[in-house]
Amino acid sequence: MRTYEVAFIAAPNTAEDELSKLNSQIEQIITDRGGKVTKVDNWGRRKLAYRIGKFDEGLYTFVYLEGTGKEIAEVERRLRVTDFVIRHLTVRTDEALKRAEKLKSKRKVSLAPRSPDDDFDLDLDLEDEELEEI
Amino acid sequence: MAEMETEERGGKAARMPRSGSRRRRISRLSAEKIDYIDYKDVKLLQSFIAENGKIMPRRLTGVTSQQQRKLVEAIKRARNIALLPFTKY
Repeated sequence: MRTYEVAFIAAPNTAEDELSKLNSQIEQIITDRGGKVTKVDNWGRRKLAYRIGKFDEGLYTFVYLEGTGKEIAEVERRLRVTDFVIRHLTVRTDEALKRAEKLKSKRKVSLAPRSPDDDFDLDLDLEDEELEEI
Repeated sequence: MAEMETEERGGKAARMPRSGSRRRRISRLSAEKIDYIDYKDVKLLQSFIAENGKIMPRRLTGVTSQQQRKLVEAIKRARNIALLPFTKY
């Protein structure tokens, strides 16, 4: 199963019920195609880092989902055709999260703290210098 | 050439971290053991972009090349949905 994050920004003047309607539509699209919405994160009104169109702020929503990838096409299409969505972004997260998990477990195995490693590197550098001097 | 560089790098990092420079040996990423760099973590990403919005080179931030690659990706994603600026002024 793949995991995705779909983020979208709605225009700041969007009516609340329109936004929640879109949210439930998205959820419907995902569950209809065998996916699962794990979490919906609503950041609400937030200042944009730059102007988009004529807007300085936007309503941020993040949808976390599990699925096969088929849902994404339809969700993205829906976001594109919805006029009050001014920006959207889909990110596949399972691979990156798995890699992060691996890094974490690797660190647990070799419980050596970081600083001695660094010191060791420095020592090597110094040795090189000394050798050159000789 | 190469010798000079090693000398400079080893020397500065080991004994004389120039005051006022942003040079750090260990970045926040390693210190706090952040494996997954989330594009939504604006506060974290902001510490890796310069005032004008540019991504800082890793020679200034002290991150590893792997971390830098992940950072770059996260920052670009954040820019895309207006969490971070492409440029400022």
